[in-house]
Amino acid sequence: MMTTLFKIIGWGLRGIVVLWVLASLGAEFVAPYKPNDIVGQMWNGAFWQDTSETARQVLGTDQLGRDLLSRLLYGTRNTLTVALGATFAAFAVGIGFGFWAAIARGRIDMACSRVADLIIAVPTLIVTLLVIAAVGPSVGVLVAIIAVVDGARVFRLARLVAMNICAMEYFESARLRGENLRWLMLHEILPNVRMPLITEFGLRFCFIFLFIAALSFLGLGLQPPEADLGSMVRENASAISFGVLAPFFPAAVIAMLAIAVNLSSEALVRAKRRA
Amino acid sequence: MTFNTSSLPQIGRRGFLAGASAIGAGLLLGAGTARAATPKTGGHFRIGIGDFKTTDTLDTTSNDTKFYNISQFILRNNLVEVAPDGELIPELATSWESSADATTWVFKLRQGVTFHSGKTFGPEDVIFTLNKHVAADSTSAIKPFLKSIVSVTATAPDEVTIVLADGNVGLPAILTVPAAAMLAEGTTDPLDGNGTGPYKLERWQAGIGASFSKNPSYWKEGRGHFDSVELIAIADPSARTAALVGGKIDAYNQVDLKTVNLLKRNAGIQILSQASKAHYVFPMNMTLAPFNNPDVVAAMKYAINRQDLVDRILNGYGTVGNDQPISSAYRYYNADLPQREYDPEKAKSLLAKAGMSGLKVELNVSDVPFSGATDAAVLFKSHAEAAGITIDVKRVPDDGYWDNVWIKSPLCASRWSGRPTEDIMIGGVYTKSAVQAGWNETSMQDDQLDQLVLLARKELDETKRRQMYFDMQQIIHERGSANIFAFANFTDAASSKIAFDTIGNDWDLDGFRAAERWWFA
Amino acid sequence: MTVLTRTILTRIAASIIMLVLISVFIFFAVDMLPGDVARAILGSSATTEALAALRTKLGLDEPAVWRFAHWAWGVLHGDFGTSITTQEPVTTIISFRLGNTLWLAALAAAISIPLALALGIGSALWEGSAFDRIASIVTLGAISMPEFFVAYSLVALFALNWQIFPPISTVTTDSTFLDRLDALILPAITLAFAVVAHMMRMIRAAILDVLGSPFMVMAELKGMPLRRRILRHALPNAAAPIINVIVLNLAYLIVGVVVVEVIFVYPGLGQLLIDSVAQRDLPLVQAGSLIFAAIYLTLNTVADVLAIAFNPRLRFPR
Repeated sequence: MMTTLFKIIGWGLRGIVVLWVLASLGAEFVAPYKPNDIVGQMWNGAFWQDTSETARQVLGTDQLGRDLLSRLLYGTRNTLTVALGATFAAFAVGIGFGFWAAIARGRIDMACSRVADLIIAVPTLIVTLLVIAAVGPSVGVLVAIIAVVDGARVFRLARLVAMNICAMEYFESARLRGENLRWLMLHEILPNVRMPLITEFGLRFCFIFLFIAALSFLGLGLQPPEADLGSMVRENASAISFGVLAPFFPAAVIAMLAIAVNLSSEALVRAKRRA
Repeated sequence: MTFNTSSLPQIGRRGFLAGASAIGAGLLLGAGTARAATPKTGGHFRIGIGDFKTTDTLDTTSNDTKFYNISQFILRNNLVEVAPDGELIPELATSWESSADATTWVFKLRQGVTFHSGKTFGPEDVIFTLNKHVAADSTSAIKPFLKSIVSVTATAPDEVTIVLADGNVGLPAILTVPAAAMLAEGTTDPLDGNGTGPYKLERWQAGIGASFSKNPSYWKEGRGHFDSVELIAIADPSARTAALVGGKIDAYNQVDLKTVNLLKRNAGIQILSQASKAHYVFPMNMTLAPFNNPDVVAAMKYAINRQDLVDRILNGYGTVGNDQPISSAYRYYNADLPQREYDPEKAKSLLAKAGMSGLKVELNVSDVPFSGATDAAVLFKSHAEAAGITIDVKRVPDDGYWDNVWIKSPLCASRWSGRPTEDIMIGGVYTKSAVQAGWNETSMQDDQLDQLVLLARKELDETKRRQMYFDMQQIIHERGSANIFAFANFTDAASSKIAFDTIGNDWDLDGFRAAERWWFA
Repeated sequence: MTVLTRTILTRIAASIIMLVLISVFIFFAVDMLPGDVARAILGSSATTEALAALRTKLGLDEPAVWRFAHWAWGVLHGDFGTSITTQEPVTTIISFRLGNTLWLAALAAAISIPLALALGIGSALWEGSAFDRIASIVTLGAISMPEFFVAYSLVALFALNWQIFPPISTVTTDSTFLDRLDALILPAITLAFAVVAHMMRMIRAAILDVLGSPFMVMAELKGMPLRRRILRHALPNAAAPIINVIVLNLAYLIVGVVVVEVIFVYPGLGQLLIDSVAQRDLPLVQAGSLIFAAIYLTLNTVADVLAIAFNPRLRFPR
């Protein structure tokens, strides 16, 4: 009974998220205003808070008086693109090197592991500043930095779980059969460690969402006035102390996306396991 | 997440308007409403300070934060003080006079004043302090204004004579800044807080806080009412607000203007806002394309809606600028200068005339120069669209902003907190010598302006002096390339338990002297 | 020599080499960044002349290699130098803040690790149940909220609205244990928000992963009850990824708490490191970075050693 209820809630949530993402893809047609147009006073309330005639914005306005709903739609699209790209990049880097290190062991493992340690141990701020000073801020640099910094963390997990598989008999026999590295990675290890990796993917995705917002004070990320969800929370955050909901909406959208991605990744794993 | 909004201020459009009109009323009242009351002594006064560094020391020749500046006025005195009404009044000097050409200055010193260490204040301390600033390897921020000092000598046990190479009417005003605080002769330790001021140093933790205890033998009557004072470094504006509302501090400066109208509704808090000399500016470097074309510069000035920026970035806590750096808080403010208005059509025609229609410029910005700078740039972008100008707002790293972006890029954001005199503000930023000092953000080089600066510096006749400064303001307004769009008020917040007299507007927190002047009601 | 001792020894040696590499990298990286400590001290209104004078005074004209050698020589003799800006010994400045940082990390870990273990094991035990799903949604919701947003919300509710905890966490050297506890509850909860979900979900996934392996299927076929299967057999076999995620999050609690430090005005090491990078105060940057790196490398080694200790196959490699 409860389980069915939660299933319904889970699917309902995912349905809402799918609709929301579709709406954000067609933001030009759906959004009531242009994302950068100033349409009212700062921090107008949402429709249920502010019923005066002048308030025509569904979710109210942001710190400059721009329509919050429109910016949320555009922001979802912008951030989702960058965050998904960066997460995939980080996983490609992390899993590739992680599996390789686990299979090869010895010096290659040592070298890869120490480089990963180095990346995690050196403060991200210093590395990021150095990269920006060298090549200047851009979205490409942002994705590259995330691929390296988060990739190092994915590497640690990928290597660890792969090492357990490499100690298994079936893996050993595949190796003795003379399978190449690519086969070993994709057919022997990957299917057996999907669960932690897919779980990690869902979580990394959340972290990267937030990391993008955190890096915006370094000038990395989307340039203003482009909307991105993390920065929208940041710019409006101080208002939450006074009960203004403007920062809550983008935070809620991030949370919804994160929950949907994680629930889906889990469902995927469950389905595979049953099969 | 739901909030119990009963005790939190609510926001709505009506509330916003009510708040806005209340600000208007506050501005009309002008510099601080006097509260007739007899000061009470006692209590532990805690101030939250937003501007500090982990590098703060008490060395008067190498710092520039509000934390440091306020500490100087807590620990030390100057020769001259700025009274709340802006007049220069005696502090450690009882009187001063200059020769007719303003080159020789005689300061009479106060007798019977002792440092915290027990040493008696005398001419040797003045000589030591001033020489420290003008020494060859000095890193002092006020060295450029003092470097025409030829000699500082004790001409009597209670008298110091300062001889200048070039006359300077503004010398007493320069001596009012925190960096010119009087040290005891022989002070070398940058963490030595010895002074003649109202409180003694107890603890100094750069980037964290500092505490001070009452100087029982303070010479100034009716000042220094608290038993002890504590400065707490709080970088985050919302944290400063929370600390005040939650009773962890009694006052703080640099109120977050985004939320000030929400904060205002809290009955336990008073907002203190004073018209100031601080201005926000988008400087255009006139030696770099496209701003080497005066028509482009003029077009940019007509393409910005100053009132909208004051309303949205300063939330009304400020006044519109007029593309020159002197505000009504200065003595010689030129109110006759016509206000430059937002006129996109005129901007368009100026660009057409210059053959630059459809101009595209890059505006480099970060929130380092002032909070809300990025938002201001985004608003400027939308204003300029109406004039057919495309402004590419480029968010650059906070880190190294003053080194990499300011002056080096054709268009960026900047802020000046104001200077004691018109001479220092204009002479220090808009002249050829300012180019050499690395302060001239617009690279303006105007012979007539440079000449006026030098003449006014020596002019003892009040009327002539006033006219000269009026002319200078007009020159910068017309020929300069500084898009000075707003003067920001100094906005502090204090617990309603705090009482004070007239509030000074030379700096925030009552001219940095809240600890000396305020008391618990 | 067993695999374990050999691993430990090689890792210690490797860590020392890494620390050297890191200090070289950081020194020259920060040195190459535009801007310098002279500008940082004197501020934006400094004149070119004053900047030059201060650079000479601070010895910044010397070649970087020479300055690095000078610093390294001092470190080898146990002297981490003095802050360029305040002339105070680096050890004095850092020890107070390091203590604060460890305090906060310890409290946050004490809240979040048991919570994550309980939630993670519970949701694996009752996979697909209401408990599992609620735990999932709540922790995922928590992790998606940016830290500053969580912090502001907690302050608004618990410090300003209900006035249970202080809004800022000022501590001094003579704060008592209870003072600190009171001051640190809100920041510790904020941090727990950020780390519990990650740990809980990885614990759950790791256990479920092991449940699918042949020996667990065998145990199930033998009729062993689920609870016993998980606690006695799955948990030890899932230890490696679990320890890994706990260690990564512990490192985060120590190294990555800048935002929380700023909002709660808590004088920790993270804020000092950010400030000293901004001010290019190299002795402080170096000391701070090395402490963080050393903490991370130690935790990391501990995780790897424990992973080997828990997995007999790794203990006796071919």
